[in-house]
Amino acid sequence: MSTFLLSVLQAVLLVLFAPIAAGFVATCKARLQNRRGAGVLQPWRNLRKLFAKEVVLAEHASWIFRSAPYIVFTATVMAASCVPAVLVDTPLSLTADVIALVALLALGRFFLALAGMDIGTAFGGMGASREMTFSALAEPAMLMSVFVLSLGAQSTNLTTMIHYTLATSFALQPSLAFALAAMLMIAIAENGRIPIDNPTTHLELTMIHEAMILEYSGRHLALMEWAAMVKLTLFATLIVDLFMPWGMATEISAGAIALGLSLWIGKLILLLLALALVETGLAKMRLFQVPEYLSGAFVLAFLGLLAHYMLEIGA
Amino acid sequence: MTSALIQQLIDGMAALMLLVSFALLAQHRLLSVLHWFATQGVLLAVTAAIVGYGSHNHELYISALLTLLLKGVLLPWLLWRVIKRLHVHREVEPLVNMPITMLIALLVTLFSFHLIQPIERTSVLLTRDSMAIATACVLLGMLMMITRKKAVTQVVGFLAVENSLFFAAIGSTNGMPLVVEIGVAFDVLIAALIFGLFFFQIRETFDSLEVDIMQSHLLKQEDDE
Repeated sequence: MSTFLLSVLQAVLLVLFAPIAAGFVATCKARLQNRRGAGVLQPWRNLRKLFAKEVVLAEHASWIFRSAPYIVFTATVMAASCVPAVLVDTPLSLTADVIALVALLALGRFFLALAGMDIGTAFGGMGASREMTFSALAEPAMLMSVFVLSLGAQSTNLTTMIHYTLATSFALQPSLAFALAAMLMIAIAENGRIPIDNPTTHLELTMIHEAMILEYSGRHLALMEWAAMVKLTLFATLIVDLFMPWGMATEISAGAIALGLSLWIGKLILLLLALALVETGLAKMRLFQVPEYLSGAFVLAFLGLLAHYMLEIGA
Repeated sequence: MTSALIQQLIDGMAALMLLVSFALLAQHRLLSVLHWFATQGVLLAVTAAIVGYGSHNHELYISALLTLLLKGVLLPWLLWRVIKRLHVHREVEPLVNMPITMLIALLVTLFSFHLIQPIERTSVLLTRDSMAIATACVLLGMLMMITRKKAVTQVVGFLAVENSLFFAAIGSTNGMPLVVEIGVAFDVLIAALIFGLFFFQIRETFDSLEVDIMQSHLLKQEDDE
């Protein structure tokens, strides 16, 4: 019972922490650009403001448009609850493996795209079509890079994979380096961060995510944005789980959980700092180069798979 | 250093070699092609040094140094000078578009891995794992020669094939005798110089470095006759 409680707590923590993580990235970016920034709590203030505002609906909005924010948010939160953040053995992560995780994210994306098209504006349709085009390329690459790790652990279950990584001694494994590089590229693309999409602009012709949620307001918009923030934290946690799970709590004791929690936050801060650096250093890519970027990620993940066969079990 | 660590380092270098071969194929600009080609030369030199350390074969240090100077610095610089002198259009022009080239490259890699697997089981060398990757790199260099329109990129493909053959030699035999290696190194240098001259000649005769144009030019000559 206590593991169940802890796993729920862990998911709630991840969801509540997500806006702060987004605020952290924004603040780091601001500092890197010689601005003061609005502080790490700004996304929370935005969300509170949006929840208090009334919802303005377009005349032709159908039930899809109205229910999409709830579906997207629920799917993302469910996905977040299958990712172990502090504790390795959680009941929820035992029921869902990585494929289910990707499917949950795809469900959210499907409704996001539907909602984008439902209202009938040009921007919504454009954003939806772009999102689906890119996700069709990003999803196989993401699965492929997870499979590199699954091959070693012989399971697609996150908990089993983490246990396997914790049990094996550290070695230079080229396949993991390839998989990590592919995963980082995919994480940037999936979260619509800078070389692919710019999360801070509205009304730019190259926007993807913002184009789909352009018509939302009030609590609907709040849920959509919150879901996007949760997704960012989810991907960062997933990368931590898959590639650097050292120090995660394998047993339930106050000391192990405290250590796991502080290490999780430390690793997240490192990853988000790296993201802020990337976003400050790079310019946005031309839209037509994105498929090439994503197929590059796929090639990297596939090379990881081949390197695993050739260099690590072939011997 | 333990032999396990050296083994891992060599595996890592092999993986980087494969990555660089893919990067060579994926570039859009001639300048970045040359950068990656130089990177490949440096990687090769580092691998030779590591294998030399691991197998206590100190001749390999000399060939590592030679590789670094020749393939890491001199050849890319020579090619760069040729490109600058000839005012070649600085974009790579592939015959097949990039994503499809990448897919073909993946298939080629898969094929060579499949091919080498039975040979690998019989080998006992420190570097046996890198053989498949060396084969894949040879085939990728060939793919680069096949799918590019311009003579310059085709020559880079040829030199990349030579690099991978050298990598295969380090991997499968712990390095060739030094005399052979020095001979091959000078051969490659001379080849590059001759290629350079050829570029000037081709350019003067056909006004272009594109292989297709040469062919159509020849066909036209035949028609005239």
